[in-house]
Order: sequence, then structure tokens, then C-alpha cells
Amino acid sequence: MNELTPFDPHSELTLALRYSGKLLLRKEIPLDHATFQQLLNQQQFIPHASIIRKFSGPKCNRCNNQKRSLFGIIPCQICRKQHLYCRKCIEMGRVLECESLYSWQGSKPDWLSHANPCSWIGELTKRQKLASERIVEAVTNLEKELLIWAVCGAGKTEMLYAGITSALKKGKRVCLATPRADVVRELLPRFRQAFSSVHIQGLYGGSKDNDGTAQLILATTHQLLRFQAAFDLMIIDEVDAFPFHADPSLPYATSRAKNETSTTIYLTATPRKMHRKRIARNNLAHIFVPVRFHGHPLPVPTMKMSLNLRKSIQRFLPPNHFFTWLKNRRTPSRQLLLFVPTINLAERMGEKLIEKLLISEDITSELDLVTVHASDVNREEKVMQFRNKEILILITTTILERGVTFPSVDVAVIDAGHEVFDEAALVQISGRAGRSIDDPDGEVVFFHDGKTDAMVKAIRSIKSMNRRGGFK
Amino acid sequence: MNQSVFLYNPAIKEMISKWKYRGDYCLGDIFKESFVQTFKTAFGNEINDSIVVPIPLSDERLLERGFNQSAMLADYLQVEKKEILTRIHGEKQSKKTRIERISARNPFSLNAVVSNKVILIDDIYTTGATLRHAATLLQEAGCPKVSSFTLIRG
Repeated sequence: MNELTPFDPHSELTLALRYSGKLLLRKEIPLDHATFQQLLNQQQFIPHASIIRKFSGPKCNRCNNQKRSLFGIIPCQICRKQHLYCRKCIEMGRVLECESLYSWQGSKPDWLSHANPCSWIGELTKRQKLASERIVEAVTNLEKELLIWAVCGAGKTEMLYAGITSALKKGKRVCLATPRADVVRELLPRFRQAFSSVHIQGLYGGSKDNDGTAQLILATTHQLLRFQAAFDLMIIDEVDAFPFHADPSLPYATSRAKNETSTTIYLTATPRKMHRKRIARNNLAHIFVPVRFHGHPLPVPTMKMSLNLRKSIQRFLPPNHFFTWLKNRRTPSRQLLLFVPTINLAERMGEKLIEKLLISEDITSELDLVTVHASDVNREEKVMQFRNKEILILITTTILERGVTFPSVDVAVIDAGHEVFDEAALVQISGRAGRSIDDPDGEVVFFHDGKTDAMVKAIRSIKSMNRRGGFK
Repeated sequence: MNQSVFLYNPAIKEMISKWKYRGDYCLGDIFKESFVQTFKTAFGNEINDSIVVPIPLSDERLLERGFNQSAMLADYLQVEKKEILTRIHGEKQSKKTRIERISARNPFSLNAVVSNKVILIDDIYTTGATLRHAATLLQEAGCPKVSSFTLIRG
């Protein structure tokens, strides 16, 4: 944008910047009625049916929901008729059958070709460099897809910088989509530092700066429901993660948000079956980064069988073996991250453990042990406290399995055989240990009352990644 | 004289905000059974000679939401419903402080005279300001008795 033009909300340039590449409800377009009608008459805005009824049933054109159970019927006071509304994407603003979705057909914005967008100063390891160069190649040659399989703690954010730089140099628009708002909040300052001259926005539920006009956008996957044919480079973080693979509307939104000639980069430490199959069949280009940025191997979990585990859990306590292990840890100074399968268990075990550990003098104050889970309003604050070492022991559900970095922790999983701990979750959980260059190791223990496939496969997979990284 | 079905708590708050502000119309049905039962217990002997009057939304707010949550609640009850109040558009109650609510001018007007007892229906009773405004109007117009029944007591 030319800095010298006075800001006019109705100028062609501003409208193009604000509405190009979007698919919006009328209430998401902050223009007065007269202006909007004029743009509609000039066919700069084009209306689209929001919900269509096909022979097979209704379909929401914003989120592609086709489940009849996720449509509600409303006696609408706006159009005075009974009709459908979509309940699946209602958190992003309600789509009513009587209202259209609008896309911008006017002029396209000119994205800047930045001469030198990257202000990051740092060194990549040899392995990171290989991946980084491969991403640049994919962007340059307009390859459709590339999967980066990088172990937990490989330093994948830094690997992306060169690829993003080459896209920005060509005046392309870039999006990094991630399943969690936590990750957007964590990455935003890092990206603003690495690309200090580039307009960057972070979009997530409740984000302030949300008109989506930036050339480089970090967003939760849900936010992409408002985009259409917008991005030339799409980076999908944690492509294996819940809710991305579990919610078909998210891959749908992601692919609609891409331009026709676009490059998509998938990032994952634990590729799912679908991607593994495609890799094996050679129809998905990929590069494997088997070593953490500090050059040390991944900590390999050990399994501890406790036949009294069920009884302990009924009393909301970890099994006896856990207390033995706690007393005999190799590095007692490390903080402890304790994973449990359910929110209820996390809360009850938190109370019980405080009592027990105060008596055994493993903690000195009840403030040393904190519980966190997905529906916890103080989640961010507690995670920060743990990161700042103000807390010794953090009990958590799988909410902290990925995307967060604590420098120096030991990890224990209570009831590791529970179905929420699938192979990917256990690999990610194990990846929380040994993340720091100053303390590159950590103990990981699975407490269980019977091995599951997921546990065995997770350990096998970690060992195999270490082997591929050149470790014995 | 107001009676309510539930006390306000975080879980109810979440449901209400999804129902009312996000506009998930169907969610109202979750409350139907308790609403009807509690109403019968509270007004059992008066039901026959009463009518229910839902607290209205302003036209602007109705166009924004697509439905009036109070009218939806009133429809669950097996009592004659009359929509005789209209509302002048103003700030949302939920965005005002207690003092602002209580000292605000009456946002309602009455467009019919009633001789029955009236039970006003609304979703949330917080300071009672909204219901008092509506009740005052009805009493001044000669209504023999005005009570109110809300889903939630905030």
C-alpha cells in the first residue's frame, strides 16, 4: 500500500484489500446499506446461496456441513418463513438459509513484492537447512504439496522462514494455519520479529485485529471458513492434530482458502496413516527431519506396569510405582508434567496429590502443584507460570500434548493405556521432554495396567526416528 | 413478584449465550420441560384467568437475532399469549451497569388494554429493571395483577 494515499474506507484499493479472497455474511461486511447495495448492483460483490437443499439433503456452503442433524429449523422473524440454519459453523456467526454469502469480484489487491522481508538473524542446523531449502524449492517451482516430517523439537518454525521469504519476494500471500489459538498467540511475536517490515495478522476466536487484510496471516483453521481463493502459500501446522483430521469442514475450508496455483506445506511430527500411505506410494513429496535442533536424540519412554492402577485411579491417585519413581528420579530438580486421560481425573487427582506430596515433603506448598485442562479459563496463565518455573508439578489432559515448549521437564503418563492416548498423542507427549539445549534429556514414563498397541508403537516409532537421525 | 427456574451459573451462561447471542434457536428446547413444570408449580391456580406477555425485542434487535427468546419461552406455556408491548431500540441491557439499568427511562410502550392478570415472560432477571418498566405500564393501564416468570435469576 502506498503510504501517502489518505485513508478512504470506500476507495477501490481499500475495498479490494478488505474483501478480496473472502466469503462473508452481510453482518461481516461493515459497510452502510447504500454503499453495499451500490457495490452489489455493480457486481463487485456477488451473492451466493448460503444453504442449498440437494436431493441428498441440505448443505452449508460456508463449512460444507451435510449432516442433517447439524441443521436447525428456525421460524425466522427476518423473512417470516420457517427455514434452515447451520449449527455446525454457528460459532463463526450464524448462517441462515434466507441470507446470502458474499464474495468480492472487484479489482484484486496488489500484494507487495518485498525486496528483503526477512529480518531473522540465526543459524539453521544442517538438517534444518536441508528442509528449509526443500521448502524454498517447492515454493519456487509451484509444487502443489510438500510434507515436512520433523520430530518434536526440530525447530520447524525457523525452517519455514526461507520459504516464506521467497513467497513474499514474489508478492505472494501467505497463510499459516494451526489447530490451536495458543499456537497463533505464541507464533505471532516470533513472526513479527522475523518479518519486521511485513504486515502480519493473527486470527483466532476473539482476536482484536481481525479484518484479515495482511499479506502474511497466522490463523486457527476455523478462521479460514471466511476465506476463499486467497493464499498462494498455505502452511498447515500439526496436520495430524485434532480437530483438523477429525473435522471434515476444516480441510474443506483450508483447500477453499487457497488460490488455484498454490503451494501447501504440511508440518507434522506424527504423520497419520493417510499421509504415511501417500508417502509410501510416492504420491506425496516429503522431507524428514530426524534430529532435534540441539542434536540430541529423543527421550525414549519406559513403561511401568502397575496391577493396582485401577484401584489407585478409583481413589484419584497415581499408582504406587509412580511415588517410587518420583523419589528416585535421576534429576530431581526438573519440573514434572503429569498427563492424565480425563478432566475429572485431573481435577480430583490434583487435590489428592497436593495432600499426599505435602506429607511426603515432595512439595513445600500447595501452590507447587497446579491442574490445567481445556475448559480452564486460567489456562494461559497457568502454562506461563509453569514455563517460568513458578510451579513444580503440572497435571494436564492431552491439551498440552503439542505446540507448547517447557525447557526442562520429566514427563509421566498415568493410565497410558487409556484410549485418548493414541500413538500420535504418546509420541507428542514424549516430545515435551528434553527440549532445551541446556538440558536436552528428560525421563518419560508410561504408567499402565496392560500394554496397548499405541504405547508399543509410540516407543517403536521414537526409536526408529532416533535411528534415522543417526543415533544407536 | 418474580419467579425463576434456574440460578445463573457458568454452564447456564454458556448455553444462554449460544442460544441467544449466537442465535442457535434449537437450544431453547433444552429448557422447555423445566420451564413448563416450574411455571405450573408457581402459577398453578392463576393460570386460568391470566395471559402471558413476553418481553419484546426492538425491531432492530429482532432483525439481528431472527427470533425473540422470550416469545419462544412464552410459546412453551399452555396459556394465551399476547404480544402487546413494543420496545424502543436502545443499548443492550447486558452492556449496562446496574445504576444505568435502574435509572434508565421506560423503553416500552403498550398498544392494547388488558383486563386479565398478566404474567410477564423473560429469559433473565438481573436487576429487575426491565420487568419493572413493563409492569408499571401495565398497572397504569389498569391491569389487575402483574407477576413475572423468568428462566434464570441472575
